[in-house]
Order: sequence, then structure tokens, then C-alpha cells
Amino acid sequence: MRARTFTPIPGFSLTLGVTITYLCLIVLIPLAGVFFKAAGLGLEGLWNTLSAPRVLASLELTFGSALIAACANAVFGLLVAWVFVRYEFPGKRLFDSTIDLPFALPTAVAGIALTSLYAGNGWIGQFLEPHGIKVAYTPLGIIVAMTFIGLPFVVRTVEPVLREAEKELEEAAASLGANRWQTVSRVILPAVGPALLTGFALALARAVGEYGSIIFIAGNIPMVSEIAPLLIIIKLEEFDYAGATAIAAAMLVISFTLLLAINGLQAYVRRRKA
Amino acid sequence: MSVDHSLLDPPKLPFEPLIERNAVITEQPWVRWLLTALALVFLSAFLLLPLVSVFVEALRGGVHAYFAAFKEPDALAAIKLTLLTAAIAVPLNLVFGICAAWAIAKFEFRGKQILITLIDLPFSVSPVVAGLIYVIIFGAQGWAGPWLAAHDIKIIFAVPGIVLATIFITFPFIARELIPLMQEQGQDDEQAALSLGASGWQTFWNITLPNIRWGLLYGVLLCNARAMGEFGAVSVVSGHIRGKTNTMPLHIEILYNEYAFSAAFAVASLLALLALLTLGLKALVEWRHADELAATRRH
Repeated sequence: MRARTFTPIPGFSLTLGVTITYLCLIVLIPLAGVFFKAAGLGLEGLWNTLSAPRVLASLELTFGSALIAACANAVFGLLVAWVFVRYEFPGKRLFDSTIDLPFALPTAVAGIALTSLYAGNGWIGQFLEPHGIKVAYTPLGIIVAMTFIGLPFVVRTVEPVLREAEKELEEAAASLGANRWQTVSRVILPAVGPALLTGFALALARAVGEYGSIIFIAGNIPMVSEIAPLLIIIKLEEFDYAGATAIAAAMLVISFTLLLAINGLQAYVRRRKA
Repeated sequence: MSVDHSLLDPPKLPFEPLIERNAVITEQPWVRWLLTALALVFLSAFLLLPLVSVFVEALRGGVHAYFAAFKEPDALAAIKLTLLTAAIAVPLNLVFGICAAWAIAKFEFRGKQILITLIDLPFSVSPVVAGLIYVIIFGAQGWAGPWLAAHDIKIIFAVPGIVLATIFITFPFIARELIPLMQEQGQDDEQAALSLGASGWQTFWNITLPNIRWGLLYGVLLCNARAMGEFGAVSVVSGHIRGKTNTMPLHIEILYNEYAFSAAFAVASLLALLALLTLGLKALVEWRHADELAATRRH
């Protein structure tokens, strides 16, 4: 490959060569391996694995919970982003750092911490259990863990857009007689919409693949609270490589579709800005 | 971080109607108060409380029991393996990240957008699937399995597999921080250095590296935190052999499943400290070098 325009800066073929070689060795070739292996099963073999009730239940649970968690993240993420961009309050810098906690805290640590909090005798669980709300070891726990790990995606995607939103537009809306709620819902939210959707999709993609923080809190009962990544591991432990590959391929296809959607959205946002 | 409107707004004079002007684009005090309270309660209950609980649970058995958890040979082996894995994965991804950012930011070529998307790919792959892809290739039943067995090379259920899976998971971290930063900075500085007779390496060491060092540090911190904390991918390829192929997160899982809660939380508290350190350094870097990182954050 050749640089399109002339530049005196050296190192194009070296750096691009290293980049592409490393990318192929670590990511592309191994990933292609899954699809080759899955293709080897044939459509019928794939269908047989994926249509098994236990697999279907796990995929449904994974995507259903991830969808709910991403929705919760969209709501609370927007709220948090709004408060941090628009208002001043003491301890703001400290709280701002905690938003990134789910990025930095290892998932296994988050998993055991959430489980101990939401268990029947935990700090939060002891207040919920008397009302009949069981979180730990139920599908609800899965949603809690997925919300935990997805929150920063929404906040960090929405924040910069909200910060750059032009106040003049809001002033114009107000001067034309809109009340505050009308301004927010008809001027600000539409401007933030694409970023919010991107954050939602990122949180969704992360939640679908999440494993470490979930398996401790989920209870892992087949057909009830067994997520798809866990089922892959169970199949591997049973030496059912074909089954594991089929589920992995299905998950990859769905997450790549999500990734394409995210990229499309970001391109759309960039175009509208320009 | 608030936006400074002092340059946009007219100067504040005692009788000027600035207060009213701002009043139309903000909420009533009780709404502001309510929203702030809601957001902070949510953050505290959802993010801070789990962190606090790690330390409380870890110290529940007393300070003595806390430190005893680290004296165990299995725990020590897990800590060593975690450090070793990060020590291999982070530098490799650092070299890759710099190469990728250099190629993408300094040159125009066809397929650049696709390349950026491909670099991001590991972000959207489930950690479990990331581990699985290496089992399919290097595992006993995998493509390279028979050849590896014949030459007595162990990758899966051994340290190389753990390192590979960790590299995959942390693959985009540094590249992703550097690409937008270097794109923003353009190539004027480098061109000036080159025209004054500096060699390519001199330009890189003396011009580019100082320009990107804070973004680089930030990327390395995130990459390291993830490398040391990775659980799903490593759990697939490790085989959970105590004292041999257990990293710290895997050791936590074993202790937890054996109901050794205090010990599990003690090891977890080390990783939580690492997370706190990462966030603290990140906040420091952001605070002191906000301008330089602005390019990254906008991404």
C-alpha cells in the first residue's frame, strides 16, 4: 500500500506493516477461525445447536437483560451527564472520577462486590428482600451487573455533545416563548439524541458480552439465569467445541451488527456537525 | 467540568439583566437540586458502594487475616503471573498503538476508516469468545493442536495462552487514545524537524513523543488496569491450575467459590486499589493536561 499524497514524514510502510501484521496475527486470523469452524458445522449443525432450548433461553436472557440494562443506562447516563455538564456542586471532581470506575475495576471484583451488596444479608439486599425483591442469584442480578458495567459508556458519549450544545439555541427557544420543558424536550434532546443512541449501543454491546461481573451474581441456573458466555464455557468444559463455536459465532454476528450500527451513527453525527 | 462562558457572556455589572438571561436557559432551583441529588444518590449506591464494600469485606476478618491472604503461595503465584502477563501484554500493545497511530494520523491512505474499525473490533467481542478463538486454534482439538503437542509446546492451559488472550482484550486501548490525539496535532511539528535535518527516529523521540506523552500515559494506565483485571478471556484459556495458571482475578473466583470470602475480598482489594490508582492518575493527567487530552475526549 502507498500513501495517497506525498509527505516528507518517514515510516509509513514500517508502521502500517507492523499495524496490519499485528492486527492479523492477534485479532483477524483467530476471529476468522471461529467462522471457519462454524462454517464447518453447516447450516443444519448450527441450527441444531442454536435451536436447543437451553441455548435459546440463554441467548434470550443475555440479549433481553442487556437491552433492559442499556435502557436503564440511557436514562441514568443522560441524567448524570446532564448534572455534571450543567450544574455545579461540591465534590464534583471526585464524583466525576467515580463514573469511570466500571472501566477500571476488574469485572471479577465488581462481581463479588455486587453479589455481597445485593445478597439477602447484604447492605442493599436486606432492604429489598423484605419487599419480595430478590436481586442476587436471579435474572434481576444480571441486569444490575450489566447496568453497572455499561454506565460510563453512555455518560462519556453524551457529555461532550451536551457540553458543546449551543446555549444560543436554548435562548432562542426561550425567547420565542417555549417553557423550559419544551426547550429541553424539543431542542436539547434531539441534539443529544444520536450521541445517546451511540452510548446506548456501546453499553448494549458491552453488556451482551459481559461475563466476569455477572456469573457471581446470576446464580447460573440453566434456562433461568444462565447467560450465553457462560454456556460457551460449559460447552467447552464438556469438550463440545462445535456447540461452543456455534454460540460464539451467533454472538459475534450480533455484536458486529451492533458495531456497524454504532459506526454508522457516529459517521452520521460527524456529518451533521460538519 | 463546566464550560467557561465568561468570554461569551457580557461582563457582569451590578444592574445588568444577566441573571434573567441565564434564568431562561436553566431549571428552577428545586429541579436542579432534585436532579443533582438523584444523580449523586445513583452514583453512590451503584458505583461507590460496591467499591467500599470490597474493602469492608476484605477487612472483616481483621488486619491479620487480611495480610495472611497474601502470604499464601497460591496467592503469591497468582500475583506474579498477573504482573508477568501485564509486563508482556502492555509493552506489545504500546508498540502496536504507537505504530497504528503514526500510520493513521500522519498519512492518508485508502481503507483508513476500515483499519480504525478493525482496531476497535476487540472491544465488541465478548471476553469469553476472545478466549475461545485461541482454544479453537491452539487447543488439543484445535488446528495447531496436534503440531503443538508433537513439539511439546503448550499454549492453552498455560502462560502463553493467558498472555495471548490478555493481548487480544487490551489490543485497542493505547491505539484508541493515541489516534485522535495525533490526528488533532497534525504533522507540522514533524515536518519542521525533518526540514531542519532531523532523522525519522530523532523526530519521533524529540518531537512526537513529548507531544503525546500524557495521552500515551493515559492509554498505558487503562491498558494495564484491564490487563491485570481481565477475567473472562483468561478464564477460558487458563485451565485454572492452582499456583501455575491462575491470575489474580481467577484466584479470587476460586477463593470465593470455596467460601473463603475474606481472602477473596482481600485479593480483590489489591485489584480495587489498582483501579483507584488508575483513576487517580487519570484524574491528575486530565486535570493538568486538559488541553492536550481534549482531542481524545471529544472522540
